[in-house]
Amino acid sequence: MAVLARMLARPSGAIGLGLVALHLLAAVLSPWITPYDPTVIDAALMFAPPGAGHWLGTDQLGRDILTRTLLGGREAILVTLVATPISVAWGGLAGIHLGLAGGRLDDVLMRVVDAVLALPWILKMLLIIVTFGAGVNVLIPTLAFFYGVPVIRVARAATQGVVARDFIAAARARGHSRVAIVWHELLPNVLDALMVEGAMRWSWMLLAFSSLSFLGFGVAPPTPDWGLMIADSRSFMAIAPWAALAPVAALSTLIIGINFAADALAKAVGLDRAQSAPH
Amino acid sequence: MLRLVINRLLLGAITVALASAIIFGAVEALPGDACVAVLQRDAVGQRLENCRRELGLDRPALTRYAHWAAGALRGDLGVSAGSGKPIATLLGERLRNTLLLAGCTLAVGIPLALLLGVLTGLRRDGLLDVVLSTGGILAMTVPEFVSATVLIFVFSIGLGWVPGIVLAAPGAPIGDFFPGIVLPVAVLTMVMTAHILRTVRSSIIEVMASDFVRMATLKGVRRARIVWRHALPSALLPAVNVIALTIAWLLGGVVVVEKVFNYPGLGRFMIDSITERDLPVVQALALLVASVYVTINLAADLLTLALDPRLRTHRGRG
Repeated sequence: MAVLARMLARPSGAIGLGLVALHLLAAVLSPWITPYDPTVIDAALMFAPPGAGHWLGTDQLGRDILTRTLLGGREAILVTLVATPISVAWGGLAGIHLGLAGGRLDDVLMRVVDAVLALPWILKMLLIIVTFGAGVNVLIPTLAFFYGVPVIRVARAATQGVVARDFIAAARARGHSRVAIVWHELLPNVLDALMVEGAMRWSWMLLAFSSLSFLGFGVAPPTPDWGLMIADSRSFMAIAPWAALAPVAALSTLIIGINFAADALAKAVGLDRAQSAPH
Repeated sequence: MLRLVINRLLLGAITVALASAIIFGAVEALPGDACVAVLQRDAVGQRLENCRRELGLDRPALTRYAHWAAGALRGDLGVSAGSGKPIATLLGERLRNTLLLAGCTLAVGIPLALLLGVLTGLRRDGLLDVVLSTGGILAMTVPEFVSATVLIFVFSIGLGWVPGIVLAAPGAPIGDFFPGIVLPVAVLTMVMTAHILRTVRSSIIEVMASDFVRMATLKGVRRARIVWRHALPSALLPAVNVIALTIAWLLGGVVVVEKVFNYPGLGRFMIDSITERDLPVVQALALLVASVYVTINLAADLLTLALDPRLRTHRGRG
């Protein structure tokens, strides 16, 4: 709670959390508040510009864009919101254990982690999606697995920072089991790093999810989805720019909101996030 | 020092070998093989058997991996299951195009990022800093297909300054890629500049507050000289790793940007070969990209060691 208060004290944190809350609210409530059926096709209404009946206009099939934009984040948010905690949990626990264990096991497994990270994300994800399909039941475990691998590195580094300190030696001398040491001594100390990592993973997963949809490997039409809507409307941008604008704004505000919140969280717990590379 | 370098080289080689083994294993474990994918409905009976014999798929997996790895070491990557052309040729064309795109982006982005990083670092919380920090978060986080869509809308459809699509074939002469390459370079430059700028900015702030800069100021050294000759070189050190990861990102196939602009580089090649289940090509691509990733990270590590002698006495990052 103290962390939340410190996040809200920064303008960027307040804006970020506000945007995220707004999007979550829209994702939950949208089936009840959307004015039209998102998939019903009306040839007479093709490319209607924003106006009275359709506030944000209609798309190439005469579907209401406001409705589709409100609903278009549901699958992305659901999948990533489930996959993110799983990835941070398994990657975090694996990293803590490796940082604590050290030795040969650590050497060998870190090589495997490096090897997985050396492969491009699209290659790894597409191999699985092309074979098993892009359903929610495939995307959640796939995202949770691949986005957990880099968490191992973060958790391991954070653990190595505390493992040599006296209170770990004391816990060992008291005869505490390894599980107890991980749970009571290490986890509280690396939790801040994991929380910041989790916020970043969430935004990266959303990026990956909507990129997959945009490329045609994610959500299947006619389900409304931002990535898919942007891909569809690109060909008509010269005549109906509003069709691309709404999903672009929705996706951007959510991802920016998460990043503002993650930044504020990092500052609130005293972590430096200055070094980051394109993903 | 020499032992450390050899040690890192060996670890890098092991990582590449592991990555290729992982992809080979994954391709093995998935249902269906290259012959089923290429022959599709004809993949039954004698024709399937013939194809498998031709591609050597009737031998045990381990034998095939050893054979493939031995070939790859000699530079022989085999032939594409789809087109029957040598993979080395197909890969070479796409690699050249990816290098062109990455080279243009780095040539614009690195000087820009360093300049802006220094300026924002020196005038912390000034107008430029606030604008660029906010804009930086936008550029870093907004999906590339979103920024690409916006840029195409403004500069291609709206103003008509540059084409919104690249029409050159994979093997076309380099001249054919201009001016279509301008917008993809712009999209990638925005992303990379934002990341590098952030790192340079924070290290400039740190360095300008350090004792040796104060010392130089007290000695009466001109401010411009302090910034460019004293502060910037030490602020570059943390940027080396970020720049390395950026190069690896650019060479690892910037899939979405290539798809949006129809650019014939490694990223689109990756998507096409996976959807066509051209598995020999997938394996070759994985090997190439993993090698590039490992080599660039290795180079960055060694460069950091060379620039900062203090690190040589420790075991490094491990």
